[in-house]
Amino acid sequence: MPHYTFLKFIWPSALAMLVFIALPIMSTSVQSLFIEHEKILETVENCTPFGCKEITKVDLEATEAQKAENPLGKFNGFGTYTNRNHLAFSELKQAWRESNGLNEFLAEVFNLPFYKALSFTLSYTFIVTPFVIIIGFFIALAVNRLPSFLKGPTIFVCLLPMIITPLIGSLVLFWMIDAEGIIGSFLQSIFNDPNLSLKASPTLTWIMLFVYGIWHHTPFAFIVFYAGLQTVPRDTLESAMIDGANRWGQTRHVIIPHLMPLAVFISLIQIMDNFRVFEPIIGFNAQASATSLSWLIYNDFRSGDGDMLFGSAAATSMLTIIGVSILMTPVIVRTWRANRPSQGVS
Amino acid sequence: MNKKNSWLNILSLSFILLWVILASVPFLWTLWGSFKVESDFFSKQDWRNAIFGVRTIIETGGMFTTNGYEGAWIKEEFWRAALNTGIVTLSVVTISLTLGTLGGYALARSGFRYAFWILIAALIFRAMPHITLVSGYLLPFFELGLWGHLSTTIIVLVAINQPFTLWMLHSFFSTIPKDLDESAMVDGCTRFEAFRHVIIPVMWPGVITTGLFSFLLAYNDFAITALLLTEANQTMVPKIASFLGSAQEQGNVMFAVAAVVSATVPLFMLVMFFQRQIVSGLTAGAVKG
Repeated sequence: MPHYTFLKFIWPSALAMLVFIALPIMSTSVQSLFIEHEKILETVENCTPFGCKEITKVDLEATEAQKAENPLGKFNGFGTYTNRNHLAFSELKQAWRESNGLNEFLAEVFNLPFYKALSFTLSYTFIVTPFVIIIGFFIALAVNRLPSFLKGPTIFVCLLPMIITPLIGSLVLFWMIDAEGIIGSFLQSIFNDPNLSLKASPTLTWIMLFVYGIWHHTPFAFIVFYAGLQTVPRDTLESAMIDGANRWGQTRHVIIPHLMPLAVFISLIQIMDNFRVFEPIIGFNAQASATSLSWLIYNDFRSGDGDMLFGSAAATSMLTIIGVSILMTPVIVRTWRANRPSQGVS
Repeated sequence: MNKKNSWLNILSLSFILLWVILASVPFLWTLWGSFKVESDFFSKQDWRNAIFGVRTIIETGGMFTTNGYEGAWIKEEFWRAALNTGIVTLSVVTISLTLGTLGGYALARSGFRYAFWILIAALIFRAMPHITLVSGYLLPFFELGLWGHLSTTIIVLVAINQPFTLWMLHSFFSTIPKDLDESAMVDGCTRFEAFRHVIIPVMWPGVITTGLFSFLLAYNDFAITALLLTEANQTMVPKIASFLGSAQEQGNVMFAVAAVVSATVPLFMLVMFFQRQIVSGLTAGAVKG
């Protein structure tokens, strides 16, 4: 296809991605270097019949004017990145100096908002992803053995947790796990502890979120593996059987190698999706014990009295993007190798 | 069938049964409970109240009550949110498919190295958490007066959807033989005419599958719609989140439960009618991807 025709076909799509994905990333990186203006204070004399007092208040007009003149705020360099709410270098140094023992140091570190969120985000990504792949694989094997009239309805039910809106899915589970919901009160009666609440304990909250993540994402792995199972070459299976391989041997030596590329594909998508974990934290109302990087950004826009913390949100966004890039590099390099056109130009 | 195999069968059947229960019971439970009053659905005394509706009978006189639905749809004007969701999803699906088919077709037929680089860039864009992009939009949108409109949200969702749409349609178009449109061009068609007369008639299976996933993305989004829309033109998902914010008021939780069930219905219908396309679409994407 000539360059000119190619351009005519691709420009709307390319323009959309350029303006709404590439530019925002750049605008975020610029914003992260700026910080909101301080409020301009003025001192006025407030006189009452009992005498005059000087009080300080925010000069709204001047503050607004300053904001209108320079909406980005004032230049702060990498100040936002290193402050307490982000990489917190000075707090880290202090914690290192003052704490005795690694445990105490780590406890200090995970109290800092950024590291708290980072630790949850990474744990979520690396616990949910393998579980999703393994459970999805076994469901696919099991569904494949079902008689064909049962396959359709089973697949329908199995897909439900995946297509459900993440916020809605987490709410549905949350209402059941609630101390007054069915699972919550069931657990209370099992452990005979009327005060048991999954919400109150940070560890249980984390486990609850992991379970939600596995529940939500497993159907994706299942359906991809199931589709892959349909393409397992029959004669390889048969020759393995003739060679005396039992069912496990067939699975181990024929099916798993055949599905390996799919497992890589699933982990690529899962790492991308799990790293942006956000809605379950809202749905489970879990921010007290578990926060994620995406939640931190959301919180910067929602906190305070209508003042959005653009600088802080942008800095967290940039750190998140760097995090994603580090995680994705190996998989993207692999995709690049696999899809590289054999000759440069054809 | 030997003994070992039948054990394996029982094991695999019970595993499937367990998963089917895990996947379906939360929905059935919430559907059933949405027709009860709050003191049954969140019963302090006995979880069986939610099944038999003890308090519901005392409070409303019947086994079932539609108070939650009335409260959500009429009192809290959930219909407005539903309408907005309808507008947003329909537009997002239409626009992103239009852009995606053109782009995906070009990428599948180009043969030059830059097509490959565009796909890699799209893969990287696909990895960006949506909310990090929102932090890039907000300030410029406020400054330009674009913030809060449905149309802005639609365009943003279309753009965020493009990387995935391009990948999927690219791999779909790669499976359509090149000879098909090239022979049309030998017969004197231009590239656009060949696309219109030869490719469009055969592209529907791929386009429908991709459209389903665009629909899911637009319908399920929370991060973008919650931050880019004003309260007056919220879509369903942020509206449900705002019910939760005001849940302290008695009865409001049941509004949220009813709204959640209402918002789930279209998704169920979608899977019911398009299950085959979803499965085959993931296959195509996965086997190629």
